[in-house]
Amino acid sequence: MNLNFKHEWIETNIGLLAVLTMLAISVGGLVEIAPLFFIDKTIEKVDGVRPYTPLEQRGRDIYQREGCYLCHSQMIRPFRDEKLRYGHYSLAAESQYDHPFQWGSKRTGPDLARVGGKYSNEWHVQHLIAPRSMVPESVMPNYPWLLSTPLDISDVADRMKALRKVGVPYSLTDAEYKANVAKFGETVAKQLHIPDAQKNLVEQANFGNYDGDRSGISEMDALVAYLQVLGTMVDFSKYKDDAFVDNR
Amino acid sequence: MSEQKLQSHTVQTTGHAWDGDLQEYNNPLPTWWVYTFYVTVVFAIVYWTIYPSWPFGKGWLGGVSDITYVNDAGETKTHSWNTRALLMEKLNEASAEQKPYFDKIASMSYAQIAKDPEMNGFILSAGKALFSDNCAPCHQAGGQGKIGFFPNLTDDDWLYGGTYDKIHETLMNGRRGYMPTFGEVLSAEQIDQLANYVASLSGIGHDAAKASAGNALFHSETAACYYCHGVDAKGRKDIGAPNLTDKVWLWADVPDADSAAGKVAAIRGVITNGLNRGVMPAWAGRLSPEQIKVLTVYVHELGGGQ
Repeated sequence: MNLNFKHEWIETNIGLLAVLTMLAISVGGLVEIAPLFFIDKTIEKVDGVRPYTPLEQRGRDIYQREGCYLCHSQMIRPFRDEKLRYGHYSLAAESQYDHPFQWGSKRTGPDLARVGGKYSNEWHVQHLIAPRSMVPESVMPNYPWLLSTPLDISDVADRMKALRKVGVPYSLTDAEYKANVAKFGETVAKQLHIPDAQKNLVEQANFGNYDGDRSGISEMDALVAYLQVLGTMVDFSKYKDDAFVDNR
Repeated sequence: MSEQKLQSHTVQTTGHAWDGDLQEYNNPLPTWWVYTFYVTVVFAIVYWTIYPSWPFGKGWLGGVSDITYVNDAGETKTHSWNTRALLMEKLNEASAEQKPYFDKIASMSYAQIAKDPEMNGFILSAGKALFSDNCAPCHQAGGQGKIGFFPNLTDDDWLYGGTYDKIHETLMNGRRGYMPTFGEVLSAEQIDQLANYVASLSGIGHDAAKASAGNALFHSETAACYYCHGVDAKGRKDIGAPNLTDKVWLWADVPDADSAAGKVAAIRGVITNGLNRGVMPAWAGRLSPEQIKVLTVYVHELGGGQ
């Protein structure tokens, strides 16, 4: 390098300026993000977290399509008031199969990270159709079409294949299925098998009857199935209340 | 003045001239600025070390400050500062403040709590907060419920019983309402007769002949309504079958129907379609035993006792 270095040299070479600017800016990202891949304490080791079933995954797609994340976060922070209102703070492990994650940073409505099991299915159905009939002061929009729109289940296997590409352990082959049985147990592994996706979806929707209407599978079935599983996968009664203090 | 300065200092320019005489100085950065910049770099390195965030090996540097807390197993632990350890400390502080009350609640009987003015005040404020967070979305802010969905908690009509023990049982384990679908078992005429009979039980305008036929059907093996609702139609609290004689309605929207025919039609709807709803979630895993006891007393004070 020229020992007589002058800043004009960079300022008059637009290509060099661009490259050096990008290098300088990426330092911030590298320093914050790169270590997370090498540190053992990033993702907590907990039992129970599994990928979503086909029905729940379709519900999650609808959650995103309707833009629920614009008003609802899924990230309980480790603060006293949040613990009292929403429950245990969210773990990184709990969103390891979320693509994209739904943490969010804006709460017009309440956090939904642990809404699963808090209300009955019929509450969710009525609340999604007409929120103010259940919570008079709510500002949430009505979503009446969820109940009347049949769920499109034709492409559920393709959707799962796409998620498999980004690392969600849905199984296509026998070997992958066996690996899932070893990791999640047989009941869950069956739900994660892509060739059976449609059959599994229909079975879960018919058995759960989430929307209270047995005549068919609606988008409401899928969304309520998804909402009812949020935050319920980890059984926190099995862990001490400071079990995750070391992870951060 | 600037002209004087220009003359006394020969300042280097970028060598460009615009519009004939516009030039740009090429001044070095002021010394004070450069040294301040170096100081901030040093400060950042010191800060990284003190603040518990710098990645190191497979973990983090813990920083210089520690937090000591007691976990739920009663073990006292010291951990380097982070928000999760800080939460433990804050929860320790909170439970220390509330401990006298919760200890008392755990040791007292429901009746003792209800009679103790100090505990009553605590139940009213703590119970209201818990109720608003967890119960109000369904049972509404005042516990008045919602016809067709969720029962009123402020009246004397209790599906599963309104004693302390029953309310506690409902809170802990949840409930699931069920009534079979009669639309496929009985004819439309029979259902109409039953609806008229049920209407007659609470003094709603009805067809006497149909009600009398409905009465026979109610107590027959064909419809077998009395299995659950009882021979006197006053319900059975052990299975949550409602009293049909008390003019309190949950599933059939009788109060909002304008005409007697509309009220009978509302009843007919429930008999035809049955019910597979009325689900109350179980709270045992979500709330602590003390919180559930607070809610039990709070809900009992709304209208319990029966």
